[in-house]
Amino acid sequence: MKRIGIDVGGTNTDAVLIVDEKVVHSVKRPTTADVTSGILDALRALRAEPAAAVKVDAVVIGTTHFINAVVQRRHVQKIAAIRIGMPASASLPPFCDWPTDLASLVNGDIFMLEGGHDYDGRPFMPLDIAGLKSAARKIKDAGLRSVAVCSSFSPLDPSCETTAREILAEICPDVAVTMSHDLGRIGLLERENAALLNASLHDLAITTVAAFRKAIADSGIDAPLFLTQNDGTVMQAEIATAFPVMSFASGATNSMRGAAHLSGLDDAMVVDVGGTTSDIGQLRHGFPREANAVVEVGGVRTLFRMPDLLSIGLGGGSHVDEEPVRVGPLSVGYRLTSDALVFGGDRLTATDIAVAAGLIDIGDRSRVANLPKRLIDAALRDAWRKLEEDIDRMKTEAGDVPLLAVGGGAFLVPDRLPGISEIVRVPHGDCANAVGAAIAQVSGEADQVFRDLSREDAIAAARDIAADRAVQAGAARDSLKTVDVEDMPIAYLPGNALRVRVRVAGAIADPDLPAAA
Amino acid sequence: MSKAELKTISLEEIEALAVGAWILGTGGGGSPYLGLLNLRRLYAEGTRVQLMSPLDLDDEDWVAVVSNMGAPLVGQERLADSRNIARAVRMQEEINNIKFRAVMSVEIGGGNGVQALMAAAHLGIPVVDADCMGRAFPEAQMTSVAIGDLRPYPCTLYDPRGIEAVVTKVPSWKWMERASRKICVEMGSIASTSKAPRTGREVKDWGIHFTTTKAIRIGRAVQEANRRHEDPIAALLATEGGKKLFTGKIVDVARRTTEGFLRGTAMVDGSDADRGTKLKLSFQNEWIVAWRDEDAIATSPDLICVLDSVNGHGIGTETIRYGQRVTVVALPAPAVLTSPRGLEFVGPRAFGYDLDFRSLFSPAAAGA
Repeated sequence: MKRIGIDVGGTNTDAVLIVDEKVVHSVKRPTTADVTSGILDALRALRAEPAAAVKVDAVVIGTTHFINAVVQRRHVQKIAAIRIGMPASASLPPFCDWPTDLASLVNGDIFMLEGGHDYDGRPFMPLDIAGLKSAARKIKDAGLRSVAVCSSFSPLDPSCETTAREILAEICPDVAVTMSHDLGRIGLLERENAALLNASLHDLAITTVAAFRKAIADSGIDAPLFLTQNDGTVMQAEIATAFPVMSFASGATNSMRGAAHLSGLDDAMVVDVGGTTSDIGQLRHGFPREANAVVEVGGVRTLFRMPDLLSIGLGGGSHVDEEPVRVGPLSVGYRLTSDALVFGGDRLTATDIAVAAGLIDIGDRSRVANLPKRLIDAALRDAWRKLEEDIDRMKTEAGDVPLLAVGGGAFLVPDRLPGISEIVRVPHGDCANAVGAAIAQVSGEADQVFRDLSREDAIAAARDIAADRAVQAGAARDSLKTVDVEDMPIAYLPGNALRVRVRVAGAIADPDLPAAA
Repeated sequence: MSKAELKTISLEEIEALAVGAWILGTGGGGSPYLGLLNLRRLYAEGTRVQLMSPLDLDDEDWVAVVSNMGAPLVGQERLADSRNIARAVRMQEEINNIKFRAVMSVEIGGGNGVQALMAAAHLGIPVVDADCMGRAFPEAQMTSVAIGDLRPYPCTLYDPRGIEAVVTKVPSWKWMERASRKICVEMGSIASTSKAPRTGREVKDWGIHFTTTKAIRIGRAVQEANRRHEDPIAALLATEGGKKLFTGKIVDVARRTTEGFLRGTAMVDGSDADRGTKLKLSFQNEWIVAWRDEDAIATSPDLICVLDSVNGHGIGTETIRYGQRVTVVALPAPAVLTSPRGLEFVGPRAFGYDLDFRSLFSPAAAGA
């Protein structure tokens, strides 16, 4: 099994080749403004190593590109929002809880129509077909290219959303449609928000994935492309194109999963020091601990399950100010290799401090030889104090626990920290996120209503269905583990109706081995 | 009508109220977030809501008692619309041919903590700084006005589809609960309701006073501790004289829906000082009993609050799930609820548990 994992970060683009779960070679190249030439650079550098110039089975990319577009308000497009469920909820229309700047970029038009369902599956009001047709014509006339549709209780009965999509496909066939039930669970506003964000990234997803494919082809690789998702599993690129929001938190997840894989530790604190930020999280049974509830993305409330992370503005590219001495939160970002002192630039960065202190040896060391010791010590103390405080904040237990220090800026992590039993640094740890992408698993999900079964039997039945789907998508059956179980009783249906959603994940099956029975 | 002193509620106070009401919801009553969104929009349009002391009511004033009734889960799909609750109040005025002086929430806990403000914003009358539970409870008879044996009818119910219903007469509060619950379930398990109108005298005698102010105080304590990166749960316990019961992680949740109620259990696996032990929480919309092994260590009507260990915000019985890190605390119940008659309505036996109520707090600690 040979796979290339790529992580496109704010500062660096990392690529690794993994053969049979072992890292053969890893490289790090600056991320470029156009993203793809950085990927091409990294792939060419990786393939230049003879051991890495092999035929690969898959290329897996983890990218923060889509979440950055939302956070930075760039490359989001105007969309139409169709809410189905009137006359309920009228006082809280789509975008009602969005930051105004982002809403003004995305909100192309809002249509609020009668329809939707009650919690027990009965129709709430008859679906307003005429209203849908009229909305579709207006969307066409306005030239909008992407639409989000959200109907009340669509996770229980998606028929209003699918009807809307059919009508849109008839009247304006070139418009992309995001249906909220594909993205979220109960919670109309949060599910609708996910659909609105997803729709707003449609054009970006198409161009980005096309550019990824071109970079891979240009580097001479012929292998299927996967993108990683928030939960540490992969999606085929074709599917991922339709669901860019599902990759929102994949960077952090990849990094933590990669750290677990490289160290063999399944329970530990993790700090991933990048060029711009440090992400601190906790590994539990090899997976990142998830945030408790609603997660805000660029100021928008969503219900994505994301890793519980504390992100601080400290990284290898962080600006170092002298009066008073302070590291971060500003960073040179992807310009590290041109702007930092050791690379010939004129901006004092955390990397320069680390080189001057002898923590690492990169760039031209003579360019930081004259930095005053007092400044070096004070800057390191500031960085260490920030890490110490925030690692302690993310710890959930009083005793000492190991800390995995990964990422290109891991040299900024001191060798001792209070509350930490040992600091674990691993080979290829600077590319942990690319490793996490390469080892990402395939998942399968079942989401349906069971009747006349006990809770345990219903969950077991759902798990079997999810497992079959994961195997179909390319997972090895004997590696499957249950990632997520959710059950919700539905009243007023005969026979103890229970809606169960189960998600399982496992390793990508080795195509050279016969499928396990 | 005497001239009462009114205080304009600021948006900042409404934000704090939403946090405090969610904690006082003891897991039920739904999140006040959507009500808060409604009020933010109304405030942005220039609307302001005023708060009046229950002691400033005249005996013969009429007070509308409002609540959004039903399953909070449904409220996450049929979003709170401030006009609906105002319509339920207008129905009472039309039926009884009265004019309301003010409006108050049946319960300060959960989403209903802001319902009175939403109604008041459309009706142009003030909100009384009081409620009938001092927290949230699942059933209509679990109120101070039921404990006080006040008249339980009529009750109006409004559904945005245009369905309007009135329960004109019932022999008891329990019958009001059963009749109105049936209508509510038919409406899709959520309805805007205006309960039996109360006189100023009744609110002064049987209302649980100054609970809006209390919810704002709790919310502020949590918000300010978070701003200062201090422990919000310690701040809450210090402000309200509460007790920490348990710290840990949710490891199992079992739910079933019966007759519009959400019943079930949640299991917490201890961490820190509670490592190696487990706490079981039984709920009926709200947290009702906390068990350590076979012992009930806290029961209704003491307030059992499950809080996010990090930010101190409340966690609902509908949204609690595996892996959440929680701190379980208890807060003292209002005195009317812990009286012998009060316990008949809201003690453990009222929820089907054969347990005696033993408060975690001395009677002196129990305040409104």
